Amino acid sequence: MKGPIDPGSWHYRQINERAPTLRVLADTLNELAAEGYPVAACTADLQYSNGLVEFARANPERFLQFGISEQNMVSAAAGLATTGIMPFVATFASFLSLLCCEQIRTDIAYSALPVRLVGHHTGIAMGFYGTSHHATEDLAIMRSIADLTVVAPADGVQFAAAIRASMTHPQPIYFRIGRGHDPQVYDTMEEFRFGKAVTHFQGKDLTIIATGSTVHPALTATKSLRSQGLEIGFIDMHTVKPLDRDAVVSAMRSRMILTVEEHNILGGLGGAVAEVMSEFGGQARLLRHGIKDEYSLIAPPSHLYAHYRLDAPGIETVAREMLSS
Amino acid sequence: MASPQTDLTPSSQELEFLTDRALFVRLETVRLISIAKVGHYASVFSCAEIFAALYYDTMRLRRGEPDWPDRDRFLMGKGHAAVGLFPILADLDFFPKDLLDNYTRLGSPLGDHPDMRLVKGVDFSSGSIGHALSAGLGMALGARMTGRNFDTFVLLGDGEMQEGQVWAAAMAASHHRAGNLVAIVDRNVVQLDGTVDDILAIEPLPEKWRAFGWDVVEVEGHDIASVVSTFREIKANRDRLRPVCVIAHTVKGKGISYMETEPGWHLGFLGPKDEALAMEELRKGLSR
Repeated sequence: MKGPIDPGSWHYRQINERAPTLRVLADTLNELAAEGYPVAACTADLQYSNGLVEFARANPERFLQFGISEQNMVSAAAGLATTGIMPFVATFASFLSLLCCEQIRTDIAYSALPVRLVGHHTGIAMGFYGTSHHATEDLAIMRSIADLTVVAPADGVQFAAAIRASMTHPQPIYFRIGRGHDPQVYDTMEEFRFGKAVTHFQGKDLTIIATGSTVHPALTATKSLRSQGLEIGFIDMHTVKPLDRDAVVSAMRSRMILTVEEHNILGGLGGAVAEVMSEFGGQARLLRHGIKDEYSLIAPPSHLYAHYRLDAPGIETVAREMLSS
Repeated sequence: MASPQTDLTPSSQELEFLTDRALFVRLETVRLISIAKVGHYASVFSCAEIFAALYYDTMRLRRGEPDWPDRDRFLMGKGHAAVGLFPILADLDFFPKDLLDNYTRLGSPLGDHPDMRLVKGVDFSSGSIGHALSAGLGMALGARMTGRNFDTFVLLGDGEMQEGQVWAAAMAASHHRAGNLVAIVDRNVVQLDGTVDDILAIEPLPEKWRAFGWDVVEVEGHDIASVVSTFREIKANRDRLRPVCVIAHTVKGKGISYMETEPGWHLGFLGPKDEALAMEELRKGLSR
């Protein structure tokens, strides 16, 4: 299973070797299990895609393979949680959010059980696998479920810190993870606080607010614009719910706010920011950048990011257009 | 309740007590639904003996300790029969009995479906058909992970067998060798829109469960002696590797002549006049 691989290879069983954000899921759970935390992991025929195979090897008695039965897995995780176990349930985000919405709402969130749901391969990360596998609705769905915390880490370092922080978090959590190939944004992260955004820069012209996989390209675009003399702020809004309202209000001191997300612009980060802005008045103009309420095209992911202007050059272009409008 | 069973055949004294508890479930159901003015009488009446056997004989419980970690667990796929469960939970001192009188009133924790957040003694909330066996499987696997030896009982409606998640759970339970999981199918033959086999046929039911890797026992669900001895035998053989499905052949609305097997009574309200007659008929007994 291990060993050198061709960088161009798509051999799915090797993905654990090359998906840093997802790799931390199993690694961190292994550490927590070794430290005595009552964690368990569940998946639906995707242990290689999400790297949980490494947890299964180290903690076979704490790993449950449910096969292709996502709804059964989510309800079973709820039952498991009633016994004092803290289950991490990981599968493709499209299936977790769309197929298991009711099980998540009724069995986990309403029942106030500390299950951690990991929806991976979000947004358009599945590229050519097709629209059924694209998860551009999951933030909107999860955000509307009461008492469910919704987190989209920017990279593996932040994800690992968030998993650790979840050990003392009383509510159920939805973690939104991309394909796992996010470039590193953070070198270290001593503390992760749910609901507390990370403000990288403040700026009076424009503040970019990004979440999850779009943090790195949006931050790169921000740095490029700042190097050109523009006063651009940047906020990593890793927790989409509860949203850091103070961070949004602070960003409203800028002339403009640009939200960036790999999600339908309806109901996701942009929608959440718009809700806060509508309650506080002010003059800042908002542009929601993401998938414009449409079904995304089929293509390799890198082509899609360029097409939807969700890579660093694309985000920079969108920001420039906004500033000049 | 809670005592180890050495004899699988219940004594006449035990049977008398359990028969009385099943009657108590039916009478309380009529009384509570009169508060709500609509409810699922018939769904409770088909499983009253199952409720009585589980809570007063089979399951390991401690009176007044709803959160005892080693208690056996009970989940209801057919959550709309919760009105019959609440009087038992109150009777076991899991919550104050006078709470029953507030059934469904504004702000009451007691609604048409059991709610684990609001009602002490409810092991899992239900309402969405088809989730309970999965959740019960999770509890059974959790018992193994945490080193506890409790058993998990899941009461399912026969109409519920039409929901795909039930079979996903059934497949997973045998795969994971959840011998500490017991499904009880209340085979009362009727669902909301008509008879189960008219709406969407589920037979051959025993063969389906066996094909999914379960041991299957069929029982006459209103014969309290058979129900009790079946459950006792399951408890006595709890080192098995296969989950067990008990198919309980029951009568929807059992105990009230005009309610029995009549689909129109899946949901209904007797009204004050008929309520008195119904109670009288229930008290006369089920030995017609």
